[in-house]
Amino acid sequence: MRSAVAALWGMVFGVGLAISGMTNPAKVLAFLDVFGSWDPTLAFVMGAGLAVSGPAFAYARRRERAWLGDAFALPTRQDLDASLLGGAALFGIGWGLVGLCPGPTLANLARGSTEILLFIAAMLAGVAIDHGRARWARASPSDGSSCT
Amino acid sequence: MDTPFTPIAGLVGGLLIGLASAGLLLTNGRIAGVSGILGRGLFPAATGERGWRIAFLAGLPLGAGLAIAVTGDPHGFAITSRPALLVAGGLLVGIGTQLGSGCTSGHGVCGIARGSRRSVTATVTFMTVAAITVFVMRHVFGVPS
Repeated sequence: MRSAVAALWGMVFGVGLAISGMTNPAKVLAFLDVFGSWDPTLAFVMGAGLAVSGPAFAYARRRERAWLGDAFALPTRQDLDASLLGGAALFGIGWGLVGLCPGPTLANLARGSTEILLFIAAMLAGVAIDHGRARWARASPSDGSSCT
Repeated sequence: MDTPFTPIAGLVGGLLIGLASAGLLLTNGRIAGVSGILGRGLFPAATGERGWRIAFLAGLPLGAGLAIAVTGDPHGFAITSRPALLVAGGLLVGIGTQLGSGCTSGHGVCGIARGSRRSVTATVTFMTVAAITVFVMRHVFGVPS
């Protein structure tokens, strides 16, 4: 049941990405090209998305559990650290180089494009590289504070 | 490449993206952040949390394919980056979204909606860096993209 409902929301998400035009990397790059021939469409996409997700999060805060019975799993961290800023910066460079972020990338599997397959292979390698780094960092704390 | 400004399509698509984020939150209690779902779908930290993630990710191309077939794909699709840039971009997006705990959906749509300080900071950072990257590539190096 949980997976079937998640698949449905994934489909709605995919429909939204395609209708918004965000599955076209050229359109995303045109949004990011503020000093060129700017296409502000993506700002409307994010604005409309927030108009719906904002009230939903406000409503969820007043509930104990989600409708299918699970407790909410929401991030609790508030600190700004180097990983957050450095990761966001690296992601920004990659996004700006090609015009693809993870959602539209996976949605574009529908097109059977070899460029998309190449990008996904590299993206999955990147995910695996960072997972390996995180595991290595947990196994060998650099500050020695856990050596008791 | 110039693309036309399409505010109505942007609003409709954005509403559906917001609906999907709201839906996954209210039914499953989970954040619709694609990079987080991907990372933890590949490397799950807890048991029983892989199925819904794979299902959500599989829905993305199914939904997009359906919309493209029905609407006739008015926005089109163009990747002009050379293969080396595709590989570099993919690696950076993969590493960066995991290290930075999110992407356009998790930080941009869900995190800002939650009022998360981390997500607002991350979104401002990756948007600014992406715009600078496009400026340098197009207007300094003159790479067509």
